[in-house]
Amino acid sequence: MFAENVVHFARVLRHAGIPVGPDRVLAALEAIEAVGVARRDDVHAALSAVMLDRHEQQPLFDDAFAAFWRDPKLLERMMAELLPKISGRREMNKQRSQRLADALAAPPPAAEGARREGPDDQVEFETAFTFSDRERLARADFESMTAAEFELAKKLAEEVPLPFAPVRRRRHEASARGVVDLRATMLAMARQPETLVPRFSRPRSELPTIVVLLDISGSMDRYARLMLHYVHGLTRRYLKVHTLTFGTRLTNITRALRHRDPDLALALASAQVQDWKGGTRIASCLDDFNRHWARRLLGANAALLLVTDGLDRDDHGELTRAAAQLRLFARQIVWLNPLLRFEKFEPRAGGVRALLPFVDRFLPVHNLASLADLATVLREAPAQRR
Amino acid sequence: MTASAAPASVPGSVDDVVQALAGESYVADRRLATVVLLALSLKRPLFVEGEPGVGKTELAKALARALGALLLRVQCYEGLDVAQTSYEWNVARQMMEIRLAEAAHQLGDAGARERLVASLYSRDMLIERPLLSALTQERSPVLLIDELDRADEPFDAFLLEVLAENQLTIPELGTVKAAPGAAPIVVITSNRTREIHDALKRRCLYHWVDYPEAAREIEIVRIRAPGAAERLTAQIVAFVQRLRALDLFKAPGIAETIDWTNALVALNTLNLAPENVRDTLGVLLKHRDDIAKLQGGELTRLLAEAQAVARGEGVAAAARADVR
Repeated sequence: MFAENVVHFARVLRHAGIPVGPDRVLAALEAIEAVGVARRDDVHAALSAVMLDRHEQQPLFDDAFAAFWRDPKLLERMMAELLPKISGRREMNKQRSQRLADALAAPPPAAEGARREGPDDQVEFETAFTFSDRERLARADFESMTAAEFELAKKLAEEVPLPFAPVRRRRHEASARGVVDLRATMLAMARQPETLVPRFSRPRSELPTIVVLLDISGSMDRYARLMLHYVHGLTRRYLKVHTLTFGTRLTNITRALRHRDPDLALALASAQVQDWKGGTRIASCLDDFNRHWARRLLGANAALLLVTDGLDRDDHGELTRAAAQLRLFARQIVWLNPLLRFEKFEPRAGGVRALLPFVDRFLPVHNLASLADLATVLREAPAQRR
Repeated sequence: MTASAAPASVPGSVDDVVQALAGESYVADRRLATVVLLALSLKRPLFVEGEPGVGKTELAKALARALGALLLRVQCYEGLDVAQTSYEWNVARQMMEIRLAEAAHQLGDAGARERLVASLYSRDMLIERPLLSALTQERSPVLLIDELDRADEPFDAFLLEVLAENQLTIPELGTVKAAPGAAPIVVITSNRTREIHDALKRRCLYHWVDYPEAAREIEIVRIRAPGAAERLTAQIVAFVQRLRALDLFKAPGIAETIDWTNALVALNTLNLAPENVRDTLGVLLKHRDDIAKLQGGELTRLLAEAQAVARGEGVAAAARADVR
């Protein structure tokens, strides 16, 4: 009877987006056996220790726990009423089939023309009475990729070098020269005792963890979508890519982008982002990043890719302060600025001037219209060793 | 109960755990105690995450003392490898063995050579490091893997075998497995400077250590900084609790509260005043921006609030004493 309820509860959590596998259900049953069911808070602590693995899941779990152990049926009814879930899934199928249709069709005359238009998806409203008159919330629509775009993004991530210098790790790898590796030498000697062939190793160097900060405000509209496709390609290729979007607020979409299917990944990312095409508050978003994410993501020699046009109406003193702080956290900062439409660009906008002193490399892109343009820029800017 | 005769007696209920930890000056809330009980009875590693200075490492130490178990500690850092955490071959001795065998002309036939290799990679050529010695104890030790987030990802993967199977595979020797009754009690701590891989977390019990509420923090400070006057302790805790509610870069942990209390006691403080708070703020806040934020009116305001609360609690405590 009790076991049944636990199984049921696990299913509810799974529906709510907390991945609770069958192994955890078994562990939960054992856990409850160990602590007993005399006290509700003990059961709560036991179940959350077994079923959760990050702090962010706690509030959701608490709500579910409170609702479920009062009345299991009540929660079920609540879940059934979550209609958007269902319509969301249907939409996803539609997007998926679009790529499929695209892939099956004869070479499309214009791949761009096939893009789905969905103006009525967008919920836009003015928030005149909030503290900022510029914050405009809109559900993001990063759109699905056409088959051609998908191929290109994949190729780009695989072939085009990243603009970051590799970092030297403290872990060693075997090499022809370097320091003598006694253990390997010994192993070789054990095989052939009459010879002494020293083996060498050297510190391994590899790409650092990459954190992408992507501006998705109104002025970045066209480029954000493009960049996101590229970043999805990157996330597929390298494990250690973290992505956050910002406009008026900061959103971590790393988990969404980890899905290998690009349409699913972009749909999930779209669902998370709420400040699409709104205003920009670079300073406060960077500050937010510094406070809440930098220490978690920029730990081991991480590199930061900042994608923004630097157009911002925040106070530029604030921006300077936030950028200086960011500089202390990140080992390398590369700024990709897609808004430079003119060959002879001068950093006149205040935001641009405030940011510029704190970046290691500034990659201006003239008229970024396609992923191919991005490839050109990245190819021309191979990373230098630092 | 013959607790002293059997220090290894495993606590049987949540209350036992609370008591056992309290006996080692560790004030655990009920939630944490539940998770510790589970770790002991389900034999699963305990993964504790939280801001720096909330007593994660201290938990492992107190647990080891309470169980009368050996504490083995792996302090993580980038580039940590097998040689530093698990085992290392005693290469110098191996070299010596070869040289001696050579000098004694014992390498003539293939059989002799085989014997030499076998002796080179025998168990006594192995230098044990914490992970391996955690598996070779007669009684369950407490294995503390501290600040796992500082190690790099390959180390997470390496830990999986030890955590899930209580065994370690040494290519040249074979697999070392912990005796059935002597599997280590593993406590992993993380400050969340990076996300630990899900595969590893899945095998653990997860617990987020939060900042304690005022009553528990007062209790902790009372135990860890016994020199402070009752009223000062109440003021300090009330002030720190208010400080945590501000949007600070790094909110002070319990460790900072204790340090601060000790600092104030060393300065012969009996009562919090703006001057002595300002002079010792560096013990509590470690970011320039945070300290700057408290300059001016903010500090005085917080202090006044804290004093009011502490006075209220003093009255409540006095009332409680009267009732008794």
